[in-house]
Amino acid sequence: MTQQPIIRFDNVSKRYNDDTTVLSNISFEMERGKFYTLLGPSGCGKTTILRLIAGFIEPSSGEIQFNGKKINEVPPNERQVNTVFQDYALFPHLNVFENVAFGLRIKKIKQAEVKRRVEEALRFVNLQGYENREISEMSGGQRQRVAIARAIVNDPEIILLDEPLSALDLKLRTEMQYELRELQQRLGKTFIFVTHDQEEALAMSDEIFVMNAGEIVQSGTPIDIYDEPINRFVADFIGESNIVDGVMIRDHLVRFAGKEFECVDAGLDTNEKIEVVIRPEDLEITSPERGKLIVTVDTQLFRGVHYELSTYDRDGNEWLVHSTRKAQVGDEIGLDFDPEAIHVMRLNESEEDFDRRLESYEVPDHAE
Amino acid sequence: MQNKSTKALYLIPYGAWILLFVVAPIALVVYYSLFDIHGDFTFSNYKAFFSSVYLELTLSSFWYAFLITLFSLLISYPTAYFLTKTKHKQLWLLLIIIPSWINLLLKTYAFIGIFGQYGPINAFFAAIGIGSTQLLFTDFSFIFVSVYIFIPFMILPIFNAIDRLNPALIDASRDLGASPWTTFRRVILPLTMNGVKSGIQVTFIPALSLFMITRLIAGNKVITLGTAIEQQFLVTQNWGMGSTIAVFLILFMFIIMLFTGQKEKGGASVGKTK
Ligand SMILES: Nc1ncnc2c1ncn2[C@@H]1O[C@H](COP(=O)(O)OP(=O)(O)OP(=O)(O)O)[C@@H](O)[C@H]1O
Ligand SMILES: [Mg+2]
Repeated sequence: MTQQPIIRFDNVSKRYNDDTTVLSNISFEMERGKFYTLLGPSGCGKTTILRLIAGFIEPSSGEIQFNGKKINEVPPNERQVNTVFQDYALFPHLNVFENVAFGLRIKKIKQAEVKRRVEEALRFVNLQGYENREISEMSGGQRQRVAIARAIVNDPEIILLDEPLSALDLKLRTEMQYELRELQQRLGKTFIFVTHDQEEALAMSDEIFVMNAGEIVQSGTPIDIYDEPINRFVADFIGESNIVDGVMIRDHLVRFAGKEFECVDAGLDTNEKIEVVIRPEDLEITSPERGKLIVTVDTQLFRGVHYELSTYDRDGNEWLVHSTRKAQVGDEIGLDFDPEAIHVMRLNESEEDFDRRLESYEVPDHAE
Repeated sequence: MQNKSTKALYLIPYGAWILLFVVAPIALVVYYSLFDIHGDFTFSNYKAFFSSVYLELTLSSFWYAFLITLFSLLISYPTAYFLTKTKHKQLWLLLIIIPSWINLLLKTYAFIGIFGQYGPINAFFAAIGIGSTQLLFTDFSFIFVSVYIFIPFMILPIFNAIDRLNPALIDASRDLGASPWTTFRRVILPLTMNGVKSGIQVTFIPALSLFMITRLIAGNKVITLGTAIEQQFLVTQNWGMGSTIAVFLILFMFIIMLFTGQKEKGGASVGKTK
């Protein structure tokens, strides 16, 4: 528990030209050997955090620590960090083998070992036999995998991956997700992974940092973040969700969509205005008589594993439902859900207050 | 059908130009090289070229051209590199390129004034007590002025090559443990080699046949293939020998073109992987 964090950001800010603030006062810690994901919309500063850790840029203020030592000014070649770049950044004048071998050659490792390690890395990314190809002869997805091989072959303390799977097709992508996760666990290295894709983040990470506009909005395990989003932004960004305005009547009783419902949240002010999140898969279709909500089916899409229904209640709130059962468009149906399915979000709550409030009443159902 | 004939039409000016100003002169030069000073057909000019006098001349031409190219490169590469890092790089580049638009003869005369016995440099030398020094008509002044003349031509292709280099590649190299110097050697230089080659081409080849700067700045101290041709045509009136030297000059240029030619690998898309 008291293990030294491998990376620590202490009030780190990054500004360009003194006026555009890209990161504002970010603080976090990362433990050795875990899989972290930075998740957030385009332009929120994910790559900037990776570049700070890799050492390509220096923070405008604040301190970055690696194993407890300040590294603000340590040049990138002296950091035990390797990066898989967003645009791959493969060397066009070197073939696949030499690209992957680049870091090993710098370290003056013997040819026989270079060969062994490069081949192993290429095997890992499913590119054995491509050693002598030129980079220009590789497809986008293949280049991405060369970039992954080029980073992991050096066996660094931290691997930074900037959307490393974005160019792969779904099947290869899923496969690589498994393999990266497996590799990370086998090597016991710290991975810091950047993605736009919330499903990827949820599937792979030990911990997720949800970012927006240069700030970390919420951090936690995938389950925590999915189940207890701190605000509308996170709820919306992580998975599909139904978000409606409501009022907290008292502890364990909330009012929304014109009715009162039992819930598990407590510790809020009486009659406090709040927002309520219910995940589409927590809504169950029943008959109108038995439903807690009565809605009309507007559209229905077949999504493979489930049907996605867009429904409206009488107040005009939209309710997205994921169900394995089919419904009839235009029909009136009932929606049922458990008290645990209701997630109450305070408006403008800070992450510290949010965590404190959750701890005060949370039942340890999914605590490790 | 029509397309083909219009295409042919467009080619006429080009073909005519090539024929009149490239093929015909070369043919003429080769033709003249086969006659001696009395107008008799002979190969003796070629034999004469392989005598020690002309070989030495060739060697000295190459040596000067080499020095001029080397110094131009040593100055241009770092300059081009820093130019790409500046904020208004196109403006700075323009400022460096502008002098190359000024007439060569004018610039050369300016240097005669600067290096001359009563020029500012000698005045400065006198002031700090070195005393007036012979600057004009020395190897130094010849190479100095030539390098000055060629620098813009060297900078331009190198600047373009460095500017096109994807900066993420430098990050990648540093990330993989390379120091700035190793990064330069293993990534930046190989990927800008085509620019360097172009620069060498546009410097070395004209430097081989310099004659005006040679005459005006170096006087009779430096004799190159260029001055030798001029001498044969205008002074000795030996057009045959002059043409023979020209034939060899063309040959040398051709060989240099072959050596500094661009290889396709990584060519057009220097450093951009996508
Ligand atoms: N060199 C720079 N100068 C000025 N602004 C910059 C610079 N680099 C990045 N930015 C700005 O910083 C912000 C964050 O950029 P960053 O690359 O970290 O985004 P990101 O989260 O990685 O986005 P994406 O998902 O699109 O890759 C952006 O608004 C970007 O315009
Ligand atoms: Mg990015």
